Amino acid sequence: MNRSRRIKLQVFRSAVFLVMGVFFLVPIAAMFEFSTRGNSVTAPRTMEAWTNIIKTPDLVDAIIASLELAAITSIAMLVLLLPTMVWVRLRLPRLNRIVEFICLLPLTIPAIALVVGLFPISRWMRINISDSILMLSFFYLILVMPYSYRALDAGLAAIDIKTLSEAARSLGAGWGTVMLRVIVPNMSSAILNACLLSVAVVLGEYTFANLLTYENLQVAIAYVGLVSAGTSIAVAVASLLFAFVLLMVLSFVGRPRERMARAEETIVAPESRILPLRDSYIGVQK
Amino acid sequence: MTATQAGEARAGVEVRLEDLRRSYAGVTALDGLSLTLAPGELVALLGPSGCGKTTAMRLVAGLEEANSGRVMFGGRDVTGLPANKRDVGMVFQAYSLFPHMAAWENVAFGLQIRHVATGERKQRALDMLELVGLGKYANRYPSQLSGGQQQRVALARALAIRPQVLLLDEPLSALDAKVRSRLRDEIRRVQLEVGITTLFVTHDQEEALAIADRVGVMQSGRLEQLGPPTEIYSRPATPFVADFVGLTNRMRGDVGGGAIKIRGASIPLVHPDVPDGPAIALVRPEAVSLVTDGEIEEGPLVGTVIAVVFLGAVSRVTVDLGDATVLAQMQTSAASQTPAGTKVRLAFRNDPVLIQREEQAAPASA
Repeated sequence: MNRSRRIKLQVFRSAVFLVMGVFFLVPIAAMFEFSTRGNSVTAPRTMEAWTNIIKTPDLVDAIIASLELAAITSIAMLVLLLPTMVWVRLRLPRLNRIVEFICLLPLTIPAIALVVGLFPISRWMRINISDSILMLSFFYLILVMPYSYRALDAGLAAIDIKTLSEAARSLGAGWGTVMLRVIVPNMSSAILNACLLSVAVVLGEYTFANLLTYENLQVAIAYVGLVSAGTSIAVAVASLLFAFVLLMVLSFVGRPRERMARAEETIVAPESRILPLRDSYIGVQK
Repeated sequence: MTATQAGEARAGVEVRLEDLRRSYAGVTALDGLSLTLAPGELVALLGPSGCGKTTAMRLVAGLEEANSGRVMFGGRDVTGLPANKRDVGMVFQAYSLFPHMAAWENVAFGLQIRHVATGERKQRALDMLELVGLGKYANRYPSQLSGGQQQRVALARALAIRPQVLLLDEPLSALDAKVRSRLRDEIRRVQLEVGITTLFVTHDQEEALAIADRVGVMQSGRLEQLGPPTEIYSRPATPFVADFVGLTNRMRGDVGGGAIKIRGASIPLVHPDVPDGPAIALVRPEAVSLVTDGEIEEGPLVGTVIAVVFLGAVSRVTVDLGDATVLAQMQTSAASQTPAGTKVRLAFRNDPVLIQREEQAAPASA
């Protein structure tokens, strides 16, 4: 690639980056600006809306509950989906389409319909198991399946899972070892992506929690918004920033380690130590 | 520690496959395969795609279950054991190194499963890498190694656990010709040094003939012939083996008195007690020579050279007999005497040949 083309490409990339940055950051900046306004047009800027976040116990509880729900849902999703998908790929490939269909199904059903369908189960669980908000993670598991399935499926497609698992098995590894020491480390990025999507879905979920009368982060924001629009917006900005920071952290953690160096590095093959072959006929190549 | 010590030369065990059968949804992949590998022997299973050779190897490895039959290692029935309990080392056709582990970690993986202490594990891994000539690449990751180097690490990894049996499933097929030939010799050297019983699967006849103590040629899930490479090549038991291993001229003739007469020339038969009548002889190109001396008069074995293909030390000459073409293979120095357009007379070496009856044969060349 010549220099002028490289510069043009760089300019194009920078322009796209700038436009996208403006697109994302301007609304957030506007939200921040709104959350720091005083009580009147002439009033000075104040951080009162932000300090209200920690002064509102219900809001803090809702934030903690949502974070717990995000963690539980992500773990449950991994425990359920990853072994199932690996097993289907290795042993039951003909079921792949069916598993994919089941996992993607929640995307096609409106949340309200899901809630109505799951309401009897929710009621039964509240009576017989627990009334805790953490029971929502059962329903959130269904919600996050389509997104997590896609992320994990891409990760599984990127490695030769059959050969790697057979190689590990032939070396004496049981299925647990194959999963934990061979498959999971080789699709850490996909797993992190699946977790990130799960966390994002759970932190932004409103319909399920509201209709099933639980108070998660989004429901709490809505309630706070009724009495203090500034605090409501401050929490929304904080949750966006939290998701952004989480994304950065996961991207950093998921980055292939430095030691897994570039494949394009030129390697000089060592000298071969060839012993003379015994007498043998060599077949004529057809 | 020397490479031999690293390989811990152990007496190989006898491997016996007894009447192994395997089918997939009604399609028979393996149809009663019986085969015994002597301790320390390297047997190559050779055959076209779909002949059942890889299935046979996977049954030995425990990666698949047989419908019937038994697999015995050193007299012990391992048929019901899962892959991780069989004590086999395997090198796969596809690159199978764990991408997140350095070369030495890959080699040490099986040792870690066996709870070998960390220090000994690393030492043994390094020794095995030395054995395959990659000691200085111990800290490289698979993405930093060439294809040939990756397969050598895979070989070291398979041997590090000191398995009873080594299984090589077309380990060279993804490599280019030069690396393939070099690594083939390297595998044979290491196998001899370690003394492990080895089953090698390939569709490349040159590879099989060059590396194996014995070659088994397979077709449609059955073993067509099992024998030393020289026997497989020069005394094929069936027309399929003759056809699959090396090039073969198919020439029409008449069987009579334990020989076949082709265009006036008589060649003995491998199986002389066959009924008289028309048949097709399977003649190797190197059993055909070209006579150019003196005046060549017209006759059934006289033709014109239409092509000379240079193959290095030898060349392949195509002769047009008018109603058929015949391939002859000879030293390049001899072939250079017969450029295209030269009139030549064919002569056949007196080696016994196999025949095929017309009804079971593909179209013959003469």
